[in-house]
Amino acid sequence: MADEEEIVLAELNDEELVLQMHEDLYDGLAEEIEEAVNILLGRDWTPYRVLTEALVEGMRIVGIDFRDGILFVPEVLLAANSMKAGMFILRPLLAETGAPKMGKVVIGTVKGDIHDIGKNLVGMMMEGAGFDVVNIGINNSVESYLEAIEEHGPDILGMSALLTTTMPYMKVVIDTLIEKGMRNDYVVMVGGAPLNEAFAESIGADAYCRDAAMAVETAKEFMAKRQGSAQAEMAAGGN
Amino acid sequence: MDGAPETLLIACGALAWEITALKRAHGWGALSVTCLPAHFHNRPEKIPEAVREKIHAARGKYDNIFAVFADCGTGGLLDEVLAEEGVERIAGPHCYQFYAGERDFEALMDDEPGSFFLTDYLVKHFELLIIKGLGLDRHPELFDAYFGNYQKLVYLAQIEDANLQSQAVAAATYLGLAYDYRNTGYGELEQFMAAAVAAIENPKDESSPHGKADSRLLA
Repeated sequence: MADEEEIVLAELNDEELVLQMHEDLYDGLAEEIEEAVNILLGRDWTPYRVLTEALVEGMRIVGIDFRDGILFVPEVLLAANSMKAGMFILRPLLAETGAPKMGKVVIGTVKGDIHDIGKNLVGMMMEGAGFDVVNIGINNSVESYLEAIEEHGPDILGMSALLTTTMPYMKVVIDTLIEKGMRNDYVVMVGGAPLNEAFAESIGADAYCRDAAMAVETAKEFMAKRQGSAQAEMAAGGN
Repeated sequence: MDGAPETLLIACGALAWEITALKRAHGWGALSVTCLPAHFHNRPEKIPEAVREKIHAARGKYDNIFAVFADCGTGGLLDEVLAEEGVERIAGPHCYQFYAGERDFEALMDDEPGSFFLTDYLVKHFELLIIKGLGLDRHPELFDAYFGNYQKLVYLAQIEDANLQSQAVAAATYLGLAYDYRNTGYGELEQFMAAAVAAIENPKDESSPHGKADSRLLA
């Protein structure tokens, strides 16, 4: 049997290269992703275009196949590591080139819970979608969330929990925001394996996000509404 | 359903050995058991519909059906299926809790949120379910993503077994975690099964395996 023909990334045209990057992300090939990102940048692609068309789109495909049970957690983590490798190159360039910014997110796992795989994936995909993401890690008390909110002034607060025993803490955070009269200043999105829509509604969150892709779409929708209302307010003020 | 009443337990494969041991020890011959694959431990989204299929296959063949699954990471979806099908399950979010008991489990988690739990089954199948199941044999670079935040491995033992204990110590060493051993026995699993047997013996009692009236008992 003949050996599989080796693909030379630099010899592919742009369209072929992007498709190859989707495959390499799917296969978790971080070095190939790094090489391809540099090739596209060398062909005068903007960092934002590389990010959206190659990396984010590739991870979108990974997300679909994970949801459909075709890919498993290890493969998704490898794909995420590959995207991270690409993001590492693009991050400073995105800042320099003034890529569009969607808004700011503070995201963290709640008190008593040290699980962060899903939360980190959401953070990475949010960043890929143009959000400024402040990841405050695991085991966050209400004070820790409040400090991060005060320091970073986010549009969105994201909370994650993997345990049924820790997910009620999300309500503690939301109730504290209400007590302090801050609740309506932020969109509160929640996620994690044991959560569902009904739980999110019962604790007063704005949205439950089943997976990273849904988190990104939901965050974009909320930002569009916010920007819409801000524009409406400005228009109203101008009349 | 001719003759003596029979009860079916639809169980997680990770509990098969323990359920069989309890059946044998107590002579609970009226309990039949069918299991779903234990590797669903790593794919909880498959559990609810697989349990539903088992319930449908058993309908009309048993007087009572119970599910010996905790929520197991299904996010309440298993409970939705069981409510629709009128079948009760053992209480708790996962087997660690019903082995340790709710209060002791919560104390363990309060003491160290970064606790990684193993049961007898998970010790026996650590390599298959944890190392290979999480892809660590092929991709050791994923180690930190999975275990970077854990501090302690807690072995909740169902039986006293020196060999399993040394395997659990080896697992803790492999994961780079402190080691804690708790002999929980079968915990609330034994109580649940005893109540399922009581439901056969006292059908008019209508007491659920959790000791409360529950119309969902009659599947």
